[in-house]
Amino acid sequence: MTPAITSITPLLACLASLAAVLPILLLRKTPNLRESATFAAGFIKFGLVVSMLPTILGGIQIEYTLWQILPNLSIAFRVDGLGMLFGLVASSLWILTSLYTIGYMRGLKEHSQTRFVAFFAVSLSATIGVAFSANLFTLYLFYEMLSLATYPLVTHHQDKEARTGGRTYLTYLLSTSIGFVLPALIFVFVKTGSSMEFAEGGFLAGHVSGKEALILLLLFTFGFAKSGLMPFHSWLPGAMVAPTPVSALLHAVAVVKVGVFCVIRVFTGVFGLEFLKTMDIATVIAWAAAFTIVVSSLIALSQDNLKRRLAFSTIGQLSYIILGVALLSDRAVMGSMTHIAMHAVGKITLFMCAGAIFVASGKKYISQMEGLGKKMPITFAAFIIGSLSVIGLPPTGGLISKFYLVTGAMDAGQTALLIVFLISTMLNAAYLLPIGYRAFFPKDPDLARQPFSWKNTEEASLPCVLPLCITAVMALVLFIKPQFLLNLAGLMVGHGG
Amino acid sequence: MIEQAPILILIFPFLTAIFVALVGSQVKSASWLLTVASLGASVCATLTTLVQVLEQGTIRYYVGGWAPPFGIELRIDGLNALVAVTVSVVALLGAIYSEGRVESETPKKSSQYYALYLLLSAGLLGIVITGDAFNLYVLLEIAALTSYALLAMGNKRATLAAFKYLIMGTIGASFYLLGVGYLYIKTGSLNMIDIQEQLVANGLQDSSTVQVSFIMITVGLWVKMAFFPLHAWLPNSYAFGPTTSSCIMAPLVTKVMIYVMVRMVLTVFGPVYAFEVLEWGNIVVWLAVIAILAGSIGALAQKDLRKMLTFLIIAEVGYMVGGVWLADETGMTGAIYHIISDAFMTLCVFLFAGIVFAKTGARDIYAVEGLFKKMPLTMIGFLVGAFSLIGIPPTAGFFSKWYLIQGGINSGNWEYVIALLISSLVNAVLFFRIIEIAYFGKNPAEGHDHHLHGDDHSGISEAPITQLVPLLGTAAIILLIGIFNKDLVAVIQNFLEPFNLVAGIR
Repeated sequence: MTPAITSITPLLACLASLAAVLPILLLRKTPNLRESATFAAGFIKFGLVVSMLPTILGGIQIEYTLWQILPNLSIAFRVDGLGMLFGLVASSLWILTSLYTIGYMRGLKEHSQTRFVAFFAVSLSATIGVAFSANLFTLYLFYEMLSLATYPLVTHHQDKEARTGGRTYLTYLLSTSIGFVLPALIFVFVKTGSSMEFAEGGFLAGHVSGKEALILLLLFTFGFAKSGLMPFHSWLPGAMVAPTPVSALLHAVAVVKVGVFCVIRVFTGVFGLEFLKTMDIATVIAWAAAFTIVVSSLIALSQDNLKRRLAFSTIGQLSYIILGVALLSDRAVMGSMTHIAMHAVGKITLFMCAGAIFVASGKKYISQMEGLGKKMPITFAAFIIGSLSVIGLPPTGGLISKFYLVTGAMDAGQTALLIVFLISTMLNAAYLLPIGYRAFFPKDPDLARQPFSWKNTEEASLPCVLPLCITAVMALVLFIKPQFLLNLAGLMVGHGG
Repeated sequence: MIEQAPILILIFPFLTAIFVALVGSQVKSASWLLTVASLGASVCATLTTLVQVLEQGTIRYYVGGWAPPFGIELRIDGLNALVAVTVSVVALLGAIYSEGRVESETPKKSSQYYALYLLLSAGLLGIVITGDAFNLYVLLEIAALTSYALLAMGNKRATLAAFKYLIMGTIGASFYLLGVGYLYIKTGSLNMIDIQEQLVANGLQDSSTVQVSFIMITVGLWVKMAFFPLHAWLPNSYAFGPTTSSCIMAPLVTKVMIYVMVRMVLTVFGPVYAFEVLEWGNIVVWLAVIAILAGSIGALAQKDLRKMLTFLIIAEVGYMVGGVWLADETGMTGAIYHIISDAFMTLCVFLFAGIVFAKTGARDIYAVEGLFKKMPLTMIGFLVGAFSLIGIPPTAGFFSKWYLIQGGINSGNWEYVIALLISSLVNAVLFFRIIEIAYFGKNPAEGHDHHLHGDDHSGISEAPITQLVPLLGTAAIILLIGIFNKDLVAVIQNFLEPFNLVAGIR
């Protein structure tokens, strides 16, 4: 058992953004003050998360029990390496997204901005709640909370398209969580009679038969449909009707990463890698993920709407994470955990760029973006860095996690799956790189002959551009200094610290 | 004084009913105040009784000092103390909501309405706390007769529906009475505990008379609780009666009948008899599965808001009947817990339907269009009730399902588990349909031109305080019994312990 100390900090970190809802609502008449409430909450939240980092890196976990809600079951928090890694990513990127939200929402003069930022804050509380959950029950609680809190964000436009997108969103997320996860959860509770606390090496071994284990694994992995594993992925492209800040933070970072986070938790904390190895049931999941990776990349190639292309790219990248953990080798698992952070930074940059392009030029389709690099050089430079990171090329952080994933696949002796990684990397390059390239080097000779000059640039406003520059820089920095992320991930497989 | 609390539960509403009938027509505003005051007093009495039960265990109160088996006994243990509190609180909240609504929905009949309302509350409370099987029948009829009248006050369709209800209700009650009669022939007793003792002492388990009696009583109660396929009386009578009447009847009548069923199964016949001698547990669970699915499908087909909700009641009845016949302790716990949580959930959504009807005058689900902007507090109350019916934590409905599904897994009734999950999903569809209409409007704009959401001037604003208080109060209670479910369940399990319901008793 890992040593642990009791502290209320995880709860406070979770609640910091929820507490901001009241000031946000009260200050709705003065947008600037309202936004400062968001920032205050964002920095407090981030500060609280960072304050726990040294303890966690020191190999000590932090726990806090809030309320015993059922006999033998509590709402409880426990911060470990994986939770800390995800918590850091979500809380730091929230601050940047809040800044970006100001530029985007005001730039487009969106309606109901107060409702938007309020639900955004609620969503962040749910995300951190998932990250710091100590047991499966608490995890489920926050998972459901996140589904519901993001619904008003996805459907923000309140038009017909938003209604359709919102319907798809909830249909997929609620039907899988209620239909698959809930019965699996209760079954696990009945079988183990335990508090369902995540434990190193899992707690399921010895309680279920092989067949039951397989069914449970399938129910959990597909039930956490936020992870976008095919065939339960359609909600994600549908959710792209949301304003771009939502797509950026929630559908590249928080919501989807909550999905894969839950899957990783189930693999490492509920089943335990050793138990899965002896049962030999994870291969099914690995192949489902491999299928998703290839198919979604192929679909992404054919999309002309930039946000949709990015959405399909996200589906593929999420399956990298699932595939990594399903390989069950230590290095692959570390790679998949690190990939949560690396992909988050890269993908949020891409989404923010897409939003900035839309705000500045009104363009949504890739075919319209030819030559646009001369008008928006900063945005497209950031876009290229983000692309490199998502593909996994130097000098970006994406390379690190991909390196671990690929070597992990070799450790596991899965040559076929190794090939999947290679093919999909090429596909990633094929659907991402041309966008940035054509923006600077258009095919059309007229566009190509236009001289570049800083005076002619038409970038989006500063609150829009600054955050995406910061995330692009983060992607570069993570290439040089990935060590603390690897240490956090290493804690989870027993050789970090 | 405090040892008289059990009878005071009944005396307040009974006497006030007579008083209201006499005075109400002269002094109009007095009826509502008297009703609320007496039900408030009744709530205090039930709470006192609950505290006593928790401190001292089962209370036996002999009415008029006549000892059983000859006198009437009020017998209150952990089970009916909880149900009695639920009934009195729901009745009180419903009464608060009635203010103003009664005058506009049933003009010139308000004093009659309140008198009947109090009699109904007294009847239901009496059913819950009595320890005498025949006395239960009398109170059953009091509750039934008043509810026919309360429903028939609605529009023209309600009168016909109430008549159907009268026929079905009378048949159900007659079945019950016949069953009690057979029991009396065999045991010579009407006191519930005494009947149980006689059954065991005289070895009457194999008597076919007792078997017939058990079947009669159970089927009679099924009619009364609208267990599918004996449900046909329910939808129209609850949907077309006055909203005020349906706010007390929809949450309480079926739930109280389920309480009676639990009481008959556990206390009168005993679980061994109910689950082992008559080997129909699996069949009943399958019937419950059909009820759940039929109720859910029925609800999907409705465009009328209240009628949709009435079909949900039918599905929820299936939850509880199934939960009881799982013959598993956790399942039974879930069923009893669900009596309480479902009473409040149903009250919550029916109050919402009533408020929407009061504001818009429309009955169909499109009446809720745009209400998030216009009536945000009402919608918050509704959301809690809806989430609870879907089963989203930490509302009460989630924990009901938690225990019921656990019971289903324990006893191996997977069909029941699946039916519960399907019904949750159907509820999600039903309620998100309403949420969508309230949020997007009936015909949302096509394009992305989303800057046109000005205020419309249809004149609909937030509901008055007498309607908001019960709605938000109910919502708060739903959350509280969800968050504190462990304590409630501790009381229920303490009650269930002596019955020794180990998994797989049948």
